[in-house]
Amino acid sequence: MKRITGMLLVVVGLAGVLWADTLAINGAGASFPNPIYTKWFSEYGKKNPSVQINYQSVGSGAGIKQVTDGTVDFGASDGPMNDEQLKAFQDKHGFPILHFPTVLGAAVPTYNIPGVTVALNFTPEALVGIYLGKITKWNDPAIADVNKGVSLPANDIVVVHRSDGSGTTFIWTDYLSQVSPEWKRKVASGTSVNWPVGLGGKGSEGVTGQVKNTPNSIGYVELIYAVANNIPYGNVKNSSGVFVKADLASVSAAAAGKAKTMPDDFRVSIINPPGKTAYPIASFTWLLIPSKFSDAAKRDAIKGFLKWMLTDGQSYAESLSYAKLPKEVVAKETKAINSIQ
Amino acid sequence: MATTTTTVPSAGPVAGSRSFLSRLRDGDEIARLVTFLFAASVVLLTLLLVFELWQGSALPRHKFGFNFFRTSVWDPIFDQFGALPFIYGTLVTATVSLLLAVPLGIGAAIFLAELAPARISDTLEFFIDLLAAVPSVIYGLLGVFIVVPLMRDYVQPALKNTLGFLPLFTGPTYGLGFLTAGVVLAIMVIPYIISVSREVLLSVPRDQREAALALGATRWESTWKVVVPFARGGILGSIFLALARALGETMAVTMVIGNTPIISSSLFAPGYSIAAVIANEFTEATGALYTEALIELGLVLFILTFILNGLARLLIVATSQRGGGTGHA
Repeated sequence: MKRITGMLLVVVGLAGVLWADTLAINGAGASFPNPIYTKWFSEYGKKNPSVQINYQSVGSGAGIKQVTDGTVDFGASDGPMNDEQLKAFQDKHGFPILHFPTVLGAAVPTYNIPGVTVALNFTPEALVGIYLGKITKWNDPAIADVNKGVSLPANDIVVVHRSDGSGTTFIWTDYLSQVSPEWKRKVASGTSVNWPVGLGGKGSEGVTGQVKNTPNSIGYVELIYAVANNIPYGNVKNSSGVFVKADLASVSAAAAGKAKTMPDDFRVSIINPPGKTAYPIASFTWLLIPSKFSDAAKRDAIKGFLKWMLTDGQSYAESLSYAKLPKEVVAKETKAINSIQ
Repeated sequence: MATTTTTVPSAGPVAGSRSFLSRLRDGDEIARLVTFLFAASVVLLTLLLVFELWQGSALPRHKFGFNFFRTSVWDPIFDQFGALPFIYGTLVTATVSLLLAVPLGIGAAIFLAELAPARISDTLEFFIDLLAAVPSVIYGLLGVFIVVPLMRDYVQPALKNTLGFLPLFTGPTYGLGFLTAGVVLAIMVIPYIISVSREVLLSVPRDQREAALALGATRWESTWKVVVPFARGGILGSIFLALARALGETMAVTMVIGNTPIISSSLFAPGYSIAAVIANEFTEATGALYTEALIELGLVLFILTFILNGLARLLIVATSQRGGGTGHA
């Protein structure tokens, strides 16, 4: 008995020593960038063994809440914090929170129409009409006119959307809001909205499953999910009138299109950006970093990670199907890192 | 706690403390105290749960009041929250599941307890217990990949063609919806009904059956008119256990119900349940009112379960008295 107790004490002591040696930094938030964040934190940990960054992908909403409550060192979100949330953070801590874009994501329309195998073209009007429940047949002129040569059936469209709160829904509804005043007035944008029509699927796999299983259906998923699972998806007409297929290049082009007008706090929507090659339904995903740290070691570790993320870290993005940040944004963010105190 | 503190001083200060110490040494008092605390923790947990749910839902309770139960718009963006479609979906799916599961489950239990040879009964019991232990997400997958296509391609069109004149079986057949969720729930709760009912039927005293047979009853008459009524309380208990599970089931339901907060008379229509919407939206819920509205939904589910459990108790008490009466006669 005594020996066991002794051994336990030694183990606890050793764990304590090891614990003291590494600086643990905790973050929580968005699940969409979780694969690349996990990769980044493990790669950065290998290069800097004294820093260990833990990340829980609990969802954007929970990430914002936890960083505001101060239970984690940083948050992550697929949608920028709104003014009310920024104020809540400022009021609680006495200093502001900063947004750092990390990578880009996009939402793509996916569909299942028996007999149709080509990539369909979608105009903004068609997508809005379908999701408002105003376009109910696949052979509606709004769809058929831009898909000449494809025989579209006269069947009812089954609309599928995400049922769980999600950054993908935010991007999708943000797009619909920006191309349609009616959508903005009736539904608006958010991680969960009051859908006018459609079935809800839980998670990307839920939406994909329902689209695959239901003839004449349409849904939306993240680009990386569609690519990883070989899901066919359609092209969307951008602000220059070109039908663009979403891929890493066209999503990066979307960010570059908005880079010149990027505000200093990086809270920007890159929906429908200028540029012929830009894909219109894309968004940054952000790390939410407090602008002041009482612990200097933590502050330096986080600044070190951000610098690495903007340089070496970006090279991991494309292998995981995330679009890289355009270099204008990287330059601007590098400057912003200095404002963390 | 009250009984322990009152019995000890009543024996007199000196003698009481001595006997308390000696009883402490014997372990009786400790065992009593410890087990009492364990039992009390159940009540404490329930109260804490209600308190937390009540406390956590202050905003929507004040803002919407009773309208929370009456309105059916659920719009996180414009801060409109009504629980009616979720309450409706929860009750409808639970009802459908019980309508399917109760006859099947009790029938199977009667066969296993009364008619099947002991070896077959015990073997099947093993499988039934296994089914009861399968995680619900597995049933959800079963629902998505097998039940949904079956419903969409065969069951729903057949129902529409034969019983389509009823409002219950109208509208487009997506495969997802109240009916499918009810079927998947029925599959999930049947093992509970069979397992508990079988135990209860087996525990009916042998002389009850023998008396019935001696009076000239056939085997089925003795089962249906004597054994089943005798075991009625326990069988009802198994049904309410199943109901509780059906009301609170989350994962399997959200995978097959269609997740659309609408109220439709058609069982083919997609719907939503309380547990499913909480699981779906809580992690990404931003803003105090939205989060608290979801917590209030939790409170609603708690109250719903509480009321149904209370009704179950009453029903068991009422029928067991009647059961006792027939037993005497």
